[in-house]
Amino acid sequence: MKIDEKSVAGKELILQEQTQLLVIGAGPAGLSAAIEGAGRGLSVVLIDENPVPYKTMGDEVPLHYGQGMSGVARNRNAMIEAFVTSEPLIQVAFDAGVDVRLGTACWGLYANGPGVHWLPGTVAGLADEERGWLIGADYVIVAAGRRDMGLGFPGWEKPGVIGATAAITLATRFGALNPRRVVILGTSAEALTAAAALRDAGIEIAAIVEQAAEPVGPDHLVTELHAAGCEFLTHHVVREALGRASVEGVLIAAVDKTGRAVGEERRIDCEGVVLAVGTTPVVDLLAALGCHITFQPERGGYAPKVDADQRSSVHNIFAVGDCAGIWPAKSLDRSIAAGEGLRAVGAILGEDFGSAEVSVPDRPAYDLSAYRMAWVRASVIGARGDFHVCQCEEVTAREILELRPPRYLGWQTDRRNDRSLLSLLDEAPPNPDQVKRLTRAGMGPCQGRRCREQIAALLSLQATAPLADIPLAGYRTPVRPLPLAIASQLRESADQAQHWELWFGIPSQWQPPCEVPEFYTVAADEATIVVDDERGGHD
Amino acid sequence: MTEIKGASVVIVGGGVTGLSTAWWLAQSGVDVLVVEKGIVGWEASGRNGGGCGHVTSPLYPEMLRLWPVMDELLGYPTEFSANRIQVAVTEEQLAVQKSSAAAVERRGYRCEILDSKQRRKLIPLVGDNVAGAYFYHFGGHANPHRTVQGYAWGMQDHGGRLMQHCAVTGFRTEGERVVGVETERGLLGCDQLVIAAGPHTGRLSATLGQEVPMQSARAEMIVTEPLPVMVYGGVDGNGLHGRQTLRGNLAFGGGPHEWLDLPQRGVFANPSTPLMGHIGRRLIEMMPKAAHARIIRSWAGVIENTPDGRPVIDRLSTFPNVVVATMSSVGFGLSPSSGRAIRDVVVDGTCSFADISSFRLARFARLESDWRELQGWVALAMEEAA
Ligand SMILES: Cc1cc2nc3c(=O)[nH]c(=O)nc-3n(C[C@H](O)[C@H](O)[C@H](O)COP(=O)(O)OP(=O)(O)OC[C@H]3O[C@@H](n4cnc5c(N)ncnc54)[C@H](O)[C@@H]3O)c2cc1C
Repeated sequence: MKIDEKSVAGKELILQEQTQLLVIGAGPAGLSAAIEGAGRGLSVVLIDENPVPYKTMGDEVPLHYGQGMSGVARNRNAMIEAFVTSEPLIQVAFDAGVDVRLGTACWGLYANGPGVHWLPGTVAGLADEERGWLIGADYVIVAAGRRDMGLGFPGWEKPGVIGATAAITLATRFGALNPRRVVILGTSAEALTAAAALRDAGIEIAAIVEQAAEPVGPDHLVTELHAAGCEFLTHHVVREALGRASVEGVLIAAVDKTGRAVGEERRIDCEGVVLAVGTTPVVDLLAALGCHITFQPERGGYAPKVDADQRSSVHNIFAVGDCAGIWPAKSLDRSIAAGEGLRAVGAILGEDFGSAEVSVPDRPAYDLSAYRMAWVRASVIGARGDFHVCQCEEVTAREILELRPPRYLGWQTDRRNDRSLLSLLDEAPPNPDQVKRLTRAGMGPCQGRRCREQIAALLSLQATAPLADIPLAGYRTPVRPLPLAIASQLRESADQAQHWELWFGIPSQWQPPCEVPEFYTVAADEATIVVDDERGGHD
Repeated sequence: MTEIKGASVVIVGGGVTGLSTAWWLAQSGVDVLVVEKGIVGWEASGRNGGGCGHVTSPLYPEMLRLWPVMDELLGYPTEFSANRIQVAVTEEQLAVQKSSAAAVERRGYRCEILDSKQRRKLIPLVGDNVAGAYFYHFGGHANPHRTVQGYAWGMQDHGGRLMQHCAVTGFRTEGERVVGVETERGLLGCDQLVIAAGPHTGRLSATLGQEVPMQSARAEMIVTEPLPVMVYGGVDGNGLHGRQTLRGNLAFGGGPHEWLDLPQRGVFANPSTPLMGHIGRRLIEMMPKAAHARIIRSWAGVIENTPDGRPVIDRLSTFPNVVVATMSSVGFGLSPSSGRAIRDVVVDGTCSFADISSFRLARFARLESDWRELQGWVALAMEEAA
């Protein structure tokens, strides 16, 4: 049979290295998986992008650092040392023979499946500050952790407004959190543990603000923080973050049941605002690969479908730790995440644990969808002025809901563009990717990490559709912004380079109509092919 | 099956081909309904490079006339920008470009070679190292997403209707006429039917006794973060096609495609691959000043192709009230004029502004039955992972 040389058929994808087990993420779950795997004879590569360079933090990758890092974060060696000493298992992993690589990010996972058949197996794209390459893996355990839902209010772009996960990492692992006095937004178990951890790291908690009538997290954590002197302000939101170069204070106000601000605004002096209204699994790699991801409120929102072995819908890809689901017991006890890592390795080695050790989420203590929507209603929709929900592309909530063409088009004043979100709806809830394509909200270099959950809540409020019905905004590789200079280092086979074409390379496609024969057959076409100089692209 | 409100013309497929047709029909006062299995533009029409044109197409001159006025005609911005620049990184590429330029000049279009000063001014991201560049005083590029939505809204403004999230599952016939379209939501009556279902056009037409031969393939693109906007964004070269968007992102594609079978449930997965890096390398060879720019997404789209790579716009001989329309991988740029041509065929029986006889379906009457194998257009066997 003939081979189409312009196609991928027969082209080799060159991998730089190969391992039996690749573990992505050196937190409790990933470390226990890597150590267990190496101990039981597997060749294991464990990578973690942390500590990320100062500049990358400044780009809000991979977490919402909110420019809250101190100068300490510039010292690469000190950061690496702090990262290793703050997690003793990293040394254990080294000693167990795990090939540990810090400062190495995985920006893509690839595997054959529907729509792609030419890959040599499961492939991961890796990069450090200078190099980009591909590694093949028989099995991949993703232990990519958690991140925080962004929540906007006027001034939320100011340095010092920071995601809880980033704040904890900077404060507790690196001693590199700039703000010394912060206001915390949210009262879930994750928010309250963040407050406690920051307090233990010497950060002063100016107040814990909650739009709901009562804290939603476990009572014992509320009691502990109360006892430690933290002020809880329920039925309150931040109306504005104040400050010139960075946050110097916030204005807060009480809200009624509908989320509308009532009464006097009050100023609280602080240097930072910690966003802890929604902790969510990092599913980017899994989603971009095509693993089945569904909205699971008991797991913190969109999370991969995993079986009792932590196996995702792709049979050699596992998800463990926070990226597989976040719930209070797991946030409070790291042995649950570690256990997930062990189970995944057991499954790879063909063991059957039985159902006894399966990790099952807690019954949710509150309605996660309603809670997130209430925050967005009170803080974003109820805001007293416009601000950019999507900071990268500078798109306001109103522009999102009115589907405004981006400002650079200068079509702002034309009434014909008053197309509300409802004009897109047709027997289905709004799709954030369609809204992104039209407004650019979520399309920028932070890859939607700061705005996607907010936008989902905005769309669900506007369309009165359940939050669970708003599709996950798509993730595409590279799931970290990847410089062209690094991506371009991926090796290419000589065969592929030789036959590279701008488009399909079908000569008859470029034949002028007058030369088109009455009948097209493959045989006749092959007999008449002439090298033709108009072949080319879409111009 | 229950009957819901049909239309005089029902169009299967809410890509650029179907939507442009619907917009032209609605403007002519025709009662038209587009049925789309997903969201408008969710397949190739929203995943392409935004390049406008195909210079040897009979629809090209009308396309050139229409693009500059599309924003006005539609009432929505398409982000169309005129002109293209062909960059040659190597002397070898320059020789090819030279003969391409000569060929298009013979067709009556204007090209000129740019000197290095002009290049620095018009396309500053392109390196001083390149062998040369030709400025094409025609063609251009537009934003696929905005264009798709512009057609849809423009059509609705003229009374046309759109049903999304509704797959067409079959057709109801009476004698030599299709009288209804079977969908997931019920039966839609119609006087005429247009099948503009992209890669699915072949399968759907086969159920009506006359198959449009086609095969689908996946192709990939990458996009960077925004960079300072160049005077001209429509730049091709070094094996890549693409554009700098009006926002400043570099969106480029090229390289090997992968032939695919139609998926079981009709929905393509659209995965991209590490080809991203190989596209990236060619991009910085051409635009070294963009080497620091970060890729923020890559994507793939599934493309329709007929055996000779040329469109089919024709009536089925088995059911003459059915028009099949597929543009064979160059459908975005041509969409302003393809929709108009299809409208003409539906309403008047023939295209009023161009000779589209080269798009007739009968040219495949003698096609070998194993043409896909003969051309090597077949899906690869999949190597299973561990
Ligand atoms: C990466 C890439 C780059 C490209 N670059 C360019 C370029 O620069 N310039 C250019 O001109 N072209 C380009 N193309 C090609 C161009 O995108 C296509 O030719 C064009 O979009 C085809 O449009 P269409 O409407 O015919 O098909 P499609 O866009 O495939 O639309 C068909 C629609 O029909 C729907 N459908 C299918 N079956 C059913 C059913 N049973 N019921 C209901 N609905 C159904 C599908 O969901 C789909 O939305 C590119 C394509 C890709 C993928």
